[in-house]
Parts: sequence; structure tokens; C-alpha cells
Amino acid sequence: MALAWQLATVVGIRLETPHVKSYALELPAWPGHRAGQHVDLRLTAEDGYQAQRSYSIASAPTGAPRVELTVERVKEGEVSPFLHDVVVVGDTFEARGPIGGYFVWEPDATAPLVLVAGGSGIVPLMAMLRHRATVGANAPATLLYSSRTASDVIYGAELDALATRGDGLRVVQTLTRQQPPGWSGYRRRIDRAMLAEVLAGAGENAAQAFVCGPTPLVEVVAQGLVGLGVPAQRVKTERFGPSGG
Amino acid sequence: MSDPQPIAAQFAPDAHALDGNAVGGLLAELFGTDVTGADCGCAHCGNVGPLGTLRVYVAAGIVLRCSACSGLVMRVMTRSDGSHLLDARGAAFIRR
Amino acid sequence: MSERYVTRGFVGRRAETAAATVGRVPPGQYVTSDFPVLSAGPTPHTALSEWTFTIDGLLAAPVTWRWDEFTELPTQDFVVDISCVTKWTKLNTRWRGVSLDRLLEHVQLEPAAAFAVAWSDGGYTTNVPLPDLLNGQAFVAWDYDGRPLAPEHGGPARLVVPHLYFWKSAKWVRGLRLLERDQPGFWESFGYHNRGDPWREQRYSGD
Repeated sequence: MALAWQLATVVGIRLETPHVKSYALELPAWPGHRAGQHVDLRLTAEDGYQAQRSYSIASAPTGAPRVELTVERVKEGEVSPFLHDVVVVGDTFEARGPIGGYFVWEPDATAPLVLVAGGSGIVPLMAMLRHRATVGANAPATLLYSSRTASDVIYGAELDALATRGDGLRVVQTLTRQQPPGWSGYRRRIDRAMLAEVLAGAGENAAQAFVCGPTPLVEVVAQGLVGLGVPAQRVKTERFGPSGG
Repeated sequence: MSDPQPIAAQFAPDAHALDGNAVGGLLAELFGTDVTGADCGCAHCGNVGPLGTLRVYVAAGIVLRCSACSGLVMRVMTRSDGSHLLDARGAAFIRR
Repeated sequence: MSERYVTRGFVGRRAETAAATVGRVPPGQYVTSDFPVLSAGPTPHTALSEWTFTIDGLLAAPVTWRWDEFTELPTQDFVVDISCVTKWTKLNTRWRGVSLDRLLEHVQLEPAAAFAVAWSDGGYTTNVPLPDLLNGQAFVAWDYDGRPLAPEHGGPARLVVPHLYFWKSAKWVRGLRLLERDQPGFWESFGYHNRGDPWREQRYSGD
């Protein structure tokens, strides 16, 4: 069945960080989705000019005809500034999805889960963690999440809450540009040594890894994970292109 | 399946490359369904892996390359009327 | 095909194209201050110690320059507008390099030579009629905007043919082959226009 464009209505907008907003969309013909998939949005100007972008779905599958997208405002971008600066609740745009049968996490997976995110790469991984919490999965899971500063961390409070549920989730963060007083996480870009420490004893030989973020980060992490013993075919990547400004 | 080795030695990791997943919608328009999970055999080196793992480069058109050998697997261009052209000669097979 | 649906408030990048630039901007293009990176494959990295530029084909004898020899050829500064088939146009781009006129002084073309194919590290090719390369219309550049050309933009050196769509300005160029018959390159053999004149909006074959 080919993916058809349908009209999505914005039913909620939430500011996550100074540069990041989440949009709740209602899609009447939504077939449901799997954690890790994305939607394509298409915007059309009066004269017919169109722009299209892909955004990962942030919400877990719920059965309701609604998804949440989390979008970082890219200063030189064409679509994200429009979403951030112009779009209000009640607006509509064309959307199609869900897309992507490869970068998905299913709750029946029992392998230890390794999630590595850079910046807005956290979005599809958050869908996975939200889904994991909903279904009550408790196979061990580790999230390593890189952000520039504390104010850039998306879903910070929710991640803290998920990490204290006692269901085997461990959240490790690194802030690469500036750290608040008393910061106990890492203070540099993700590198092989950091991966080795974070993964130590995390069952890397049997792990299923998902890596998402700017392409350069994904390259370093994917190669690092394979070097640490995660089987290559169990390292799934979603590159976002060059890192944002 | 052979492991996705780093791209051939004379190329450095590319900041602009995407995964096949990123063009999943476009591929769905061409194939009529989501094919990002479908296995694809590289006609150059024989590497087999999901279409979602191909390296995507965006130029005048969209280029999909093998993650093992960087060989050209597919390319897609879109004309002004919205119709697409697909060259899949670099794919020895696609399996669903 | 598309419904008559319009997204409220969306205008896209074209809003940046000021009235002052009309007349300098080919039809269907918008002006950008960015320099988008578009590549058909991974960025090659050839060591300058191994880099060469070759002109061969329908010549009395082929010629090859090493990097140090090539960059010692008579150079010029070029300020040109460039237009990409993906609709962005960049005005007043500044380059430094050697014109094709200077390069072709080093060879003796056979009378039958009418077309050229530029070929690059990584396998990219593009074809240009010989007359489009002459009379100051084309150059090979290694400096952009006063600095060495970045690898993602085609460094160490790229072909620049500003009067045609920018896919003809082959990044990572390593040579030019002179031919009797036209030989469509990477995009020309796949739905794109064979010549690519932005002022006639020759984007796709059949345009």
C-alpha cells in the first residue's frame, strides 16, 4: 500500500528547550506506527512551491490517530523556522507515514538495548523508551545522550523519571560545550573510550544498538560500537546530516 | 551478512551522508510500499543489507550507495511534473 | 496531481530574493547566502603529492600536471554567479584558479575535438561542449572566497562553468577528455538536460 499524503492538524505545541518544540498532530487516517519510524511533512506555498522534510515520531504507539513530533529550530533552515515561528494550534499540513521498517524497536526484543543520541537524534530513541515504559519491558537498556549544554537537553525531566523506575534503564549524559555546577556526567564529545566505559558489562555481544544524530557523531559511535563487540548488523543508524549550527 | 565496514579507505566519513531510511518515503512512492527493511544486494561487491542501510547523498538527484564499497546502488531523480526516474542497476537484487 | 491545498503562512526561501537581484537571477531560482553542499558520493581525499590533472583524448599528445606545477600556472581571480538545478543561485562567488583557455594552450587539439568530458575522483563525470569551455567561460579553481577550496565543496580543485547549471562544475576534478562525439555524464545520462543553460531553464532532458 503506497504511502498517501493526508492532512495533519496541530492540536498542541510545547516548548521543550529554547530551540526545540514538540507538535501534537491529529491524523484521521493514521494507521499506527512503530517506535523509531518517521513522517514526511510537505508544505505548499500559495504559488505551488513545496518543501518537504522528514521528522522522527517522538511518541510511542498508542492506537490513537495522533503522533507527536519534536523539531529543533535550525537557524538557516527553511521548514523548522516556519514550524517554530508561524505554526499555531489549528494549523494543518500534509503528512505521510509512518515510514521506515528498518530503524524500529519492537518490545518483544529481549536483547540488551543500547541507545546513543546526539542532539535532536534523541527523538526516535525517545519513542522507543516511551514505548518500552508503556509495555513494561525490563530487559536492560542504556541511553548515552550528548547535548551541547544543560538547556539543550530535550525531555530532561522525563528521562530522569524513566531512569528511576527501576526497570533496568540507565541514562548517561554528556554535555559537550558547557556544564552546570555539580555536573556528574561526561564533559566531552562521545568517543570510543566513553562508549567502552558506558557499555562495560552491558552485554555488548548480544546488544541491539540504535544510534541517531548528526552524521559525524553517528559515524564515530557506529564504528566504536562495532569495535567494542556489538555485532555490526545489530547497530542500526539514523544519520541526520551535518550537525546544526 | 558482511559487516558494514567503513567506506573505502580513500574516503573520509562524510558529514552530509544520510541513511536509506531518510528517503523511505521517496522509495515508497517508487515501490508502492515501505522497502527500507528489504534486503538489497550490491551489484559491485555483493554486500547484502537492508535498503535502510544504504548511504544516501543528496545532489541534483538522490544517490544511494553501498555502505561496504560505496558503489552506486540506486539513483532517483524527480522531474518538474513530479514523476520519478529510478536507476537500480547497482542493485543485483532486492528481496522482500 | 496535487490538491489545491496551501499551508497557511508558508513562503519558503524565495522571500529572500530581493527585487534588486531580478535580472541577475535565472528563471525559477532563488538567491541564497549559504553555500549548500550537494554531492553524489563521499568526499574523496587525494593527497596533493598524488594529485594530477590530465587533458587527453583528441589531442596531439596528452598533458599531465602535478599539483605544484598546476598551481603555478597563470592564475586569475574570478567573480561569478552560480546556479544549481536544485534552484539556489549564489551571486558574486569569488574563486582563484586557472582558466580553461590557459590550460588548452598546452595542448594541440585535433580538428575533430568538439566535446569534453570532465572526470573526477570518486567517479563523477559531466560533459560540456568545447565552445562552452573557451573564451573565459570556464576555469579550474582551488581557492574559494580567499581560502583553499574545502573538500566538501570540491577541494583540492574543481571545474567551474558558471554559465551552466552547477552540476557541470565537477568537484574533485582530475581531468578533461576531448572527444569527437558528446558523451553524457553522470546526471546527463539520467534525466538531466544535456547542456543545462539556466537562462533557458534546461534542467531536465526534454526541456
